[in-house]
Formats: sequence, C-alpha cells, structure tokens
Amino acid sequence: MSEISRRRVLRAAGFGSLAAAGAAVLAACGETQVVEKVVTQEVIVEVPAPAGPLSGTILVDGSSTVGPISQAVAEEFQKQFSDVRVPVGISGTGGGFKKFCAQETDVSDASRFIKASEQELCDENGIGYIELPVAIDGIAVVVNQRNDWIGDSITTEELKRLWAPESEGQVTNWSQIREGLPNEPILLYGPGTDSGTYDYFTKAINGEEGASRGDFTPSEDDNVLVQGVSGDAGAIGFFGLAYYEQNAEILKALQVDGGSGPVFPTTENVLTGKYSPLSRVIFIYVSTVAAERPEVQTFVEFYLNNAASLVGQIGYVPMPAEMYDIALERFVSRKTGTVTALEGVNASPNSVLEAWKAGA
Amino acid sequence: MSARATASVPAAEVWRPSQARRRWSGWLFYGLAVFSTLMGLVMLGALLFDIFTDGAREVDWHFLTNYPSRIADNAGLRSALLGSLWMLAFTAIIAFPLGVGAAIYLEEYAPDNWLTRFIQLNIANLAGVPSIVYGLLGLGLFVRWLALGRVVLAGSMTMALLILPLIIVASREAIRAVPDSLREGSYALGATRWQMVRQTVLPSAAGGILTGTILALARAIGETAPLITIGALTYVAFDPNGPLDIFTVLPIQIYNWVSLPQKEFHSLAAGGIVVLLVVLLAANSLAVYLRYRMQRRLQ
Repeated sequence: MSEISRRRVLRAAGFGSLAAAGAAVLAACGETQVVEKVVTQEVIVEVPAPAGPLSGTILVDGSSTVGPISQAVAEEFQKQFSDVRVPVGISGTGGGFKKFCAQETDVSDASRFIKASEQELCDENGIGYIELPVAIDGIAVVVNQRNDWIGDSITTEELKRLWAPESEGQVTNWSQIREGLPNEPILLYGPGTDSGTYDYFTKAINGEEGASRGDFTPSEDDNVLVQGVSGDAGAIGFFGLAYYEQNAEILKALQVDGGSGPVFPTTENVLTGKYSPLSRVIFIYVSTVAAERPEVQTFVEFYLNNAASLVGQIGYVPMPAEMYDIALERFVSRKTGTVTALEGVNASPNSVLEAWKAGA
Repeated sequence: MSARATASVPAAEVWRPSQARRRWSGWLFYGLAVFSTLMGLVMLGALLFDIFTDGAREVDWHFLTNYPSRIADNAGLRSALLGSLWMLAFTAIIAFPLGVGAAIYLEEYAPDNWLTRFIQLNIANLAGVPSIVYGLLGLGLFVRWLALGRVVLAGSMTMALLILPLIIVASREAIRAVPDSLREGSYALGATRWQMVRQTVLPSAAGGILTGTILALARAIGETAPLITIGALTYVAFDPNGPLDIFTVLPIQIYNWVSLPQKEFHSLAAGGIVVLLVVLLAANSLAVYLRYRMQRRLQ
C-alpha cells in the first residue's frame, strides 16, 4: 500500500524535482489518500491546421534518449489530428540516421549532431535535413552508495583518467585516480558504443568522439547500468540524468568539476549550462523532402510548440523558450545543414545558441 | 581389500551390504529424478508468482484497449496485442501449408537417397539457427529485396521461416507414427497415393501435426530479435489495418517499457508479460485439446 501511494505521489510530482518528491513521500506515508489518475493537464498549444483535413503517416526513428519525447509529442499530436499516424521507432542515433538518409524515415531522433559520414550519406541520396534542438539532457556520473572515499565530486581530469583509451588494463584501482583513495578495484559501466550518449561523453571527456577504453561493461539498456552500479562498491558509470533521478535512492551522483568548481547535475544547473561539460542539446532532424508534406509540417510545428511542456513530464529539461522560438524560425525558413559546420561549436546549450545568434 | 574379504567370509555375508548399497543408490537416483522434475516446476512457479505479483494488477480492460502513453496510468498495449495477433495469423497461413507439405513429401513421396538425407539433415540444422539470423535474412530478402517495407507481412514471412523447421520435424514425426497397416489397407481398397495420404495418413496424424504447429507458433509470438531487426516499431498508437501495415508486437512493447527510467512502466512491462503468458498458455491448451480430440476420433 505504501509502495502504491509512493508511486502515485512520485507520479503526481511529475517525475521531476527529487527534493520535492522526497518530502511528498514523507508527507504521504500513512495517509491512504490516493491521487487517482493524475494526468498533468499541461496546456497543449494547438497548431492551426492547414486547409483540408490532414492525413498520412509520419515515420520517426532514432535515438532512445529522444524517443520518449517524440512518443509524447506523437501521442498528443494524434489526439488533435486523428487521421495522421505517427509511429516512433528506436534504433539508436546512428541506426536512425542510416534509415533517414536512405529516405526510409521522415524525422530522425538524435542525441548528438549528425556526423560527417552521415552527412555524406544524406548528400549522396539528395536528402536535405533541418537540424532542430528539442531539449537539454544532462549526463549523470554515478557511483555506488557505499563508495564513501570519492567524496562528493570528481574532476574532468579524473574522469579522463578513468575512461581514456590508454587507461585500458592500466588504470584499474581507485588508488590510481586520486591521491589518498583506498585500494579498491574500479568497475566501469557505460552506454553501448552505438549510443549518442557514449559519443557525447567520450568527446567531452576524452576529446574525441568514440575514443574510450574498451574494458567497461556496456549496455544499451540504461536500467542495466543502474543495476550494475548499485550492485558493486567500486563501480562508476554514466547515463542520462532521468535514469539517475528515478533511482536516486540506490545511487550517488557526483558533482562534476569542469575547471570552474564542482557542480551537481540538477535541472537548474543543466538548463543554465553550469553543469558543464556534461550538458548537451538533443535534436530532431527533419528531411526537407518530407517537410514539403503538410502533415509533416504541422507535426514539426506542433513538436516545437509543445516540447517545452511535454519534455518536463518525462524527465528531461526543456530548453529556454527563446531557443524553441529560434528553432521554429529555422524550420519555417527551411534552414538546412548543421551548426557543427562552424568552428568550435559543441552541443552545449550555450554554444548552440551562440552559433545561431551568429547567423548559422 | 575386497579380494581378501571374499576369501574369508561366506558369499551371503558379502552380498547383504552390497544389496543395501544398491537399494540406497536406487533411492538416490529416484530422488535426483524427482528433484530435476521439481526444479523445472519450482522455477516456473517462481517466475509466474513474481510476474503475477508485479503485473497482474496492471492488467484490466483499459490496459488491453488503450494505446501506449507517456502517462503510465493511461498506457495500454492494444496496438502491440493486435500487431502480435496479425503477425501470428499470417505466420500460420504461410508456415502451416509449407511445413506440412514438406513433411508429407519427405515421409510419403521422397525416395530414400542422398538428396533426401541431405535435405533432412539441413532441416534439422535450420531448427538450431539463432533467431537473429532469420531477422537479418528477412531484412535483406523481404523488407529490402521484395521491397515489402517494415510491415506485418515481412514479419510474418520471417517468422514463418523461423518456425518452418519445427513444423516440418513435428509433422514428420506425426506422419511416421501412423501405422503402415493403415496405408496398406488404403492401397488394398484401390486408393491412389494421394487418396491414401489425404484420407488415411493426414486424419490420423492431424493431432500431432496441429500440436507441433501450435507450439511452433507459440515460439513465434515470443520472439523479439528478428522483428527488431526487420524494423518493427516501438511506439504505435493506431491499429494495424492488415498485412501491409506497419506494426509493433508484444515483446517489443514490453522491452520498451522495461528500458524506461520510471518504475511505474516496469510494472506495466510485468503486466505485458502476463498478457503474453496468457496468450501462450491459451495456445498450448488449444494444442492439448486438439490432440485429445483427434486421438479420440481416431479410436
């Protein structure tokens, strides 16, 4: 019973802020007042439909990180436009781009920028793409709760020592990471090498996308990583912030010090970009061919108008409102290409915003 | 040691302890056999208990008739259930005639030569090929080459390939179990080979053939890997409208819920497993019932 009411309260709290949820759990214990069917009634911005009823099928595929957002948007969109069908597949950012560039899908979910090799593939097949950020995601670095030696924070240099390609087989003990740490073996957990989260983390920490040691336990299913890290005192891993927030009672997230002091991965810090370098923008890519179809056009506008409210409901951080407006402008003016073409642009929210303002 | 013992004591004295040991080892073996049997039952019981305590309260009418949703309370598996049933229906339509046809040929028509033996060996080998390999074959052959796209029919054809060896092997066993006296009786009454097969062999073997087919289909409904490979979707909030429509299936929907961070979706996944188990058990019960009816009719 207490389990049930706790779940419901968590749900009522909108999956979000932990402190609030924790307090709510305490308050709700003992009470049997059941909050039935708390459907967060966010105001859905209706998009004016173009002349004539919309119909057709919009194929969305790609990243498992962005998938839940696209599913939420598709769900609301199909309530308003019941003749349009929006199925969402999850085949990873890379797998999604393969289908997207072969013109098998209309919208591709991506938790990183499109790679040069993928751009070439799209160019070969004459597929233009409009790059639209939809949310911000933090990557949490977590350790076991019995790990009392690491303290509350870790620096990016220490993370690099842990994950660098040359550490493979060499750095295996916590005493090698920082002066004064005990003689405890390290167990590393991370997302599979196909995931955009892995690509982004290796780029941000090791300086090169996809460059990391190979002797870690990978899993495409983040819940497996959660189980792994929570089961072993010497374990450390990284994954999307939502998975930490749902498992905060069995994990310990570390503050990350990127050179300007340790910062905890809170929603606030991710949104403002203070949690750097492990905050990133996540995207959808819309095919220019598909964007000519009225139902796709309406869907993308609906997506950008409603992402802010829907993203919060499923545990992600919405972007500042300004960015959604600019993204909408980019879509309306069919601005193709990627901002990575510019020198020094990375996926940190500020960097993307600056690049746009500079006219990218 | 034993040589000295046999030399010094009478034969009956030697025999008695040995008899006790043999009796004891007999009981030990009996115990081991019972343990092995119980092991399977206990595991199944534990699995069912775990799943039902987690998932049974999630299963209600809304769960079966609602589409998946980001809000756990509203989420259901209607599209996945329908997708699974569509796929299963077409898998049966494709695999049953092919499998039974091949079995009839191999048992009743094929000459016993190296080619037949080669085919038989390969069918046995095919039954052991990992399912993901069929997925890749289906992707290349049906989705891309035949350009069917990622639709129910492509999934059904892939699944049909996957279970074809199982159906052939089961059907051959059933046909072989029909006594030759029945075949000879048919011929003696002037039946042609086809009449003999149709009116004597098939009715006698029908129980075994149907059981094998249904068990093979039960395997198909639980498979995930080949369908992920050919591109069954993850989130579908509409009913598939036929064999040429895009779709998702129960195991994929369950996997999707399990991989979400929110724990309430993990309970939904358990609910999905309950539904999948009920479909499976229903299929198995149907197999048992059909076998029983066919056997009674034969007697």
